[in-house]
Amino acid sequence: MLSAESLASIDREVAKYPADQKRSAVMAALRIALTERREQGQTPEARCLTPEVIEYVANYLEIAPVAAYEVATFYNMYDMKPVGKYKITVCTNLPCALSGGVSAAKYLSEKLGIAIGETTADGKYTLLEGECMGACGDAPVLLVNNHKMCSHMSPAAIDQKLAELE
Amino acid sequence: MLEIEIDGKKLTAPQGSTVMEAAHSIGTYIPHFCYHKKLSIAANCRMCLVEVEKAPKPLPACATPVTDGMKIHTHSDLAKKAQAGVMEFLLINHPLDCPICDQGGECQLQDIAVGYGNGASRYQEEKRAVPGKDMGPLVSAEEMSRCIHCTRCVRFTEEIGGFQEIGMAHRGEFSEILPFLGKTVNSEISGNVIDLCPVGALTSKPYRYSTRAWELSRRKSVSPHDGLGANLIVQVKHNEVMRVLPLENEEINECWLADRDRFSYQGLNSDARLKTPKIKFDGRWHDTDWETALAYVVKGLNGVSADHGKDAIGFLTSPHSTTEELYLAQKLARAFGINNIDYRSARSDFRADAAKQGAEWLGSSIVELAAAKSVLVIGSSLRSEQPLLASRIRQASKKGMALNIIHVADDELLMNVHAKLIASPLALVNAVAQVLKAVVAIKGGDSTLDLAQVDVSAQAQAIADSLCAGETARIVLGAVAQHHPAYSELLALTQEIARISGAGFGVLSEAANSVGAELVGAWAQGGMSAGEMIASPRKAYVLLNTEPEFDGYNSAASVAAMKQAATVIALTAYQSEGLLDYADVLLPIAPFSETAGSFINMEGRLQAFNGVTKPQGEARPAWKVLRVLGNMLSLDGFGFNSAEEVRSELLAKGDIAQRLNNSLSSIAANTAAKAGVVRVGEVPVYSTDAICRHAPALQATALAAAPVARIAADVFAAAGLAEGELALVKQGGATLRVPAHLDASLPAGVVRLAVARAETAMLGGMFDTIEIERG
Amino acid sequence: MAIFKSGVIFEGVDTQDENAWRLAAYEARGGYVALRKILAAQMPQDEVIAEVKNSGLRGRGGAGFPTGLKWSFMPRSFPGDKYVVCNTDEGEPGTFKDRDILRYNPHALIEGMIIAGYAMGTRAGYNYIHGEIFEAYEQFEAALDEARAAGLLGQNILGTGFNFELYAAHGYGAYICGEETALLESLEGKKGQPRFKPPFPASYGLYGKPTTINNTESFASVPFIIKDGAQKFLEAGKPNNGGTKLFSVSGHVNRPGNYEVPLGTPFTELLEMAGGMRDGKKLKAVIPGGSSAPVLPAEIMLGVTMDYDSISKAGSMLGSGAVIVMNEDVCMVRALERLAYFYHEESCGQCTPCREGTGWLYRIIHRILNGEGRPGDLELLDSVGNNMAGRTICALADAAVFPVRSFTKHFRHEFEYLIEHGKPLVDHKWC
Ligand SMILES: Cc1cc2nc3c(=O)[nH]c(=O)nc-3n(C[C@H](O)[C@H](O)[C@H](O)COP(=O)(O)O)c2cc1C
Ligand code: SF4
Ligand code: FES
Repeated sequence: MLSAESLASIDREVAKYPADQKRSAVMAALRIALTERREQGQTPEARCLTPEVIEYVANYLEIAPVAAYEVATFYNMYDMKPVGKYKITVCTNLPCALSGGVSAAKYLSEKLGIAIGETTADGKYTLLEGECMGACGDAPVLLVNNHKMCSHMSPAAIDQKLAELE
Repeated sequence: MLEIEIDGKKLTAPQGSTVMEAAHSIGTYIPHFCYHKKLSIAANCRMCLVEVEKAPKPLPACATPVTDGMKIHTHSDLAKKAQAGVMEFLLINHPLDCPICDQGGECQLQDIAVGYGNGASRYQEEKRAVPGKDMGPLVSAEEMSRCIHCTRCVRFTEEIGGFQEIGMAHRGEFSEILPFLGKTVNSEISGNVIDLCPVGALTSKPYRYSTRAWELSRRKSVSPHDGLGANLIVQVKHNEVMRVLPLENEEINECWLADRDRFSYQGLNSDARLKTPKIKFDGRWHDTDWETALAYVVKGLNGVSADHGKDAIGFLTSPHSTTEELYLAQKLARAFGINNIDYRSARSDFRADAAKQGAEWLGSSIVELAAAKSVLVIGSSLRSEQPLLASRIRQASKKGMALNIIHVADDELLMNVHAKLIASPLALVNAVAQVLKAVVAIKGGDSTLDLAQVDVSAQAQAIADSLCAGETARIVLGAVAQHHPAYSELLALTQEIARISGAGFGVLSEAANSVGAELVGAWAQGGMSAGEMIASPRKAYVLLNTEPEFDGYNSAASVAAMKQAATVIALTAYQSEGLLDYADVLLPIAPFSETAGSFINMEGRLQAFNGVTKPQGEARPAWKVLRVLGNMLSLDGFGFNSAEEVRSELLAKGDIAQRLNNSLSSIAANTAAKAGVVRVGEVPVYSTDAICRHAPALQATALAAAPVARIAADVFAAAGLAEGELALVKQGGATLRVPAHLDASLPAGVVRLAVARAETAMLGGMFDTIEIERG
Repeated sequence: MAIFKSGVIFEGVDTQDENAWRLAAYEARGGYVALRKILAAQMPQDEVIAEVKNSGLRGRGGAGFPTGLKWSFMPRSFPGDKYVVCNTDEGEPGTFKDRDILRYNPHALIEGMIIAGYAMGTRAGYNYIHGEIFEAYEQFEAALDEARAAGLLGQNILGTGFNFELYAAHGYGAYICGEETALLESLEGKKGQPRFKPPFPASYGLYGKPTTINNTESFASVPFIIKDGAQKFLEAGKPNNGGTKLFSVSGHVNRPGNYEVPLGTPFTELLEMAGGMRDGKKLKAVIPGGSSAPVLPAEIMLGVTMDYDSISKAGSMLGSGAVIVMNEDVCMVRALERLAYFYHEESCGQCTPCREGTGWLYRIIHRILNGEGRPGDLELLDSVGNNMAGRTICALADAAVFPVRSFTKHFRHEFEYLIEHGKPLVDHKWC
């Protein structure tokens, strides 16, 4: 279900922990699984974590599937719902909002023609609102596909970013 | 010991105990939801907040360790305010649907709200709605809006059940209790979450909406299934058993029940119950009255005895019957001159009978078994044979018991196993002999058994080391061992291991009254064993609570024996298909719930009970039927007026404890391992007796799914099978097509295919050779 | 990014240099001298801990607990596994200093953790990094590889026979994992639900073993203390408030960023360093220690110095050093609503008062903001908050209540106005 490359990455994570604590790698393993799906998935449905994937990861780490599901749903960066090719998460928490976070979210929403929480009809973009990313000094900030942080996202910077993502 | 004060009362409490435990020790109640004495401490509900002097804020009693001189106030203003505050939070999103809630009247939230709540709600916002979940046929999780997130159910599955089947997903206010998506809760002890749930979120699916709690009367009883003897509270309305709950008994079932104990009651109310006596003539069944039926029985027995002699008659009884019933059955048989009586239909090796010195039993109390430092379980699918004992051993293994296994399959026990030796039934004797040989080497003793051709494997060595190292070691033989064609040899070897290593040994009694049946002599003393009665068919059979096609070691041979008999007289609570086919008389008897009686559990403890309802229809307690038959056959000593009188007579034969003895006076074993392909035919967890076989909810569980052939890799490959396709199975001339599944947990040469199921009843012996091919 | 250059952690760090984080640059700045000194001298563990104690270093994660004292709680003679864990799960709204430590000076943290491992006799450590700064996580792994390759990490460090392994782990979107026991649960591969204490991590931590958890900035301060001495560190701040401190200044200032200044620096100076108020607007309020700290109105704020004692005396907390600056255009009801939403969203859900209370608080404030406030709502907020604070396993419930209490205390008239008139007193503009 996961590529050999992903499994090798998971094995590297497992190796960080004591032999009887494979479970510790579940956060990273789910992240690795999700990243593979995001990169390989052709539709919003194929880019998120499904019960089958979660169960696979759970079995790989020898933990109860429901325990892995608890983890996948507790941490909100794991995509449990269909998601666009580019998931854009804008921080709108108070410190960011004071420096343009809310305006950036509004600008993106208008530009993409979707409300926060929605995915564009072509399955390309999903727009989400996020909580503090620990980068308030660079506000407005947004995350593309969980891992790429973009700082100082003025309307012009957003335009440029979207052009890059085309 | 620490000196503390609770609400002005001085007391002492052990170091490491909590405020909650200390309060309980003096009978002070502190409201709580998440706390449960058998589960880990979660301290999440916050209901048990109390005031502790010098602490800046109220502390949860469940999680706060006592310290010397601690002064605790459970009812001070601060404590009461904290408790009322928590209560308000618990209720703001809780639906106020008590009038339609199954838990109404026995709801902790309802009770505590009355005592500790505040009255009118200040919460004016919209309440949350949580979608229901599917947890399977036993536990209903329809009303999850009622959940208060105490996580008792989650902790139960993980800690007591051994595998987390329920989780709390999402977080914060959006947290939801659920099983893994698309899965149900399949633990053999899952129903306990119903008792644990302090609100009406998890309820009993079979019981749902049937009655209100306060309409039920509560009566004590004892589970009729496995040899543990779980104590029950049976709840009755209008002469019908509506529900079964655990009666707490720390020495036996603690506060738990297995699902079999809890949900089998549905079988008591089954449509298949036999409600009138029936006689077959002219090839048809006719309802009749007791007088006619019993006269027919008397005529039949006298007729066969006159024509073919008394030895032509065999009595097959059940270890699920009461002590009184079994006592009277053997008394009647023997008084009539019949010595062919046995309760051991599921066994195949009776060679040790002559060497027996007492009744088989656990060899210790259940508590002592759980306290042993090292335990070896031989031939037991522990979780299905003994669900609650398995859970108890799981807890013990967490606390350091070294659990060792010798078995015919590498079952997932959901607990720490120290060492295991997995062998085909054909190599099981050899496997046990390996441990003996290793023990002999460690202890430097000498065995009378010939161990020359035994090679000690590393696993056997590890098991032997464990048994010899533990201060207290015990060895127990399970149902697979007891049914095994070389049981006498397994027992002999076990006895030797115990003797030389200093361990104790015994058997895991498979049925509620295995010990009782043996103690009252309902087995082949001086007559034929169950196996001989089938192997050399009799002219007439009397069946007490027995369905040979399900209860026999070899169902095909058992049915053939029944069919060739001139007459088959069945005392039964059910009109099962098999009985209707081969029997001639059906006498409706009362199941355990409708008669007074007793069971003697695996630790030799006699537990008496009364009927909780009146017998259904014309059914009568079997002890009464047997008494009348005794009188009609003009036998002496059948003047009993009550089950208690029967019990006094049988107990007068000697103290129970004195008559329990697992040791054989002489032993023998052929320790060579044999090769071949054999069946591992076990009784599924919900097929052990007629009551659970007739319980629809249990039969709808995953554990009662239609049998499939689980096949060891070598056999699977040799037959050229593909996963999931139909295989043709042949045993004793019969054939069957079943789905084939490769099972890596099986030793070479093994095909695992359940017995005691209609689907496989045409096949032969449990551990006999079997053939398999693509079909 | 503006950074004050004579501090403890960013001394000599050129944030414009894209190789500033690398081992070579760190060593050029005097990195790993402290570790080498300790190992060469086989400095007794007690001495290392005493040095940290004497420095007056207080935990930079929020609670300000003296770091040396915490280290002394570790059972040093405990025979089994023990762990040191670093908390880089920086998620407290307004805080973004630890990210910069990872970005520009990760080896200071690595060295600090190795020294901590040495002092407490542990063989392994983990750094748990906020999921949203995934790039920093990846770079930190690269820094660990550098240290390993240089013989500074792993078996037989610098040939002295001392062994210490350090690994990076990451979160994935849960504020609560900043709470130290939730972090441990998460490291164990579970939901981040805080544990009840006692037992404390020093006796029952990661995998049930003795564990010491410190904030990134706390660990990263240690090499300086060992290299330059406790006294020098102490003198960099003021008594009981040793050292410099990173302040993350965000909001309505001209130059948001991290400022490493001596503890005790007047707020007005810090504000000036951050370029003063944006667009020349008037200062209205400041949250001086991250979103969980009580808000203080401008008039109080202008009189405080930035240290634990002064801010505490003023009725708030230094917390993580996140200074959120708000100008006169902020409607305090709206600002509070945003924070209340955050706590509602981030409650882990195990404790009843927090799970139910954070949602209740948010809904009331949301209602007030939408002009649907009712008389008695402020009293209700107060009472619900009182039923939450101090009644739960961790301090998240308190963190949710402090803003509510302080906003409704200092800016009560704005709430009353909205409840009464159905529209806000201040015509709110975010920026
Ligand atoms: C809800 C909550 C969130 C927290 N978040 C963080 C955090 O993001 N970073 C941090 O270092 N400490 C955080 N803490 C504090 C930690 O629990 C802990 O006290 C700290 O990491 C100890 O390090 P220190 O002694 O070096 O300050 C948080 C505490 C709570 C209650
Ligand atoms: S968590 Fe709560 S009920 Fe549960 S026992 Fe404790 S505090 Fe009590
Ligand atoms: S508030 Fe937006 S990143 Fe901190």
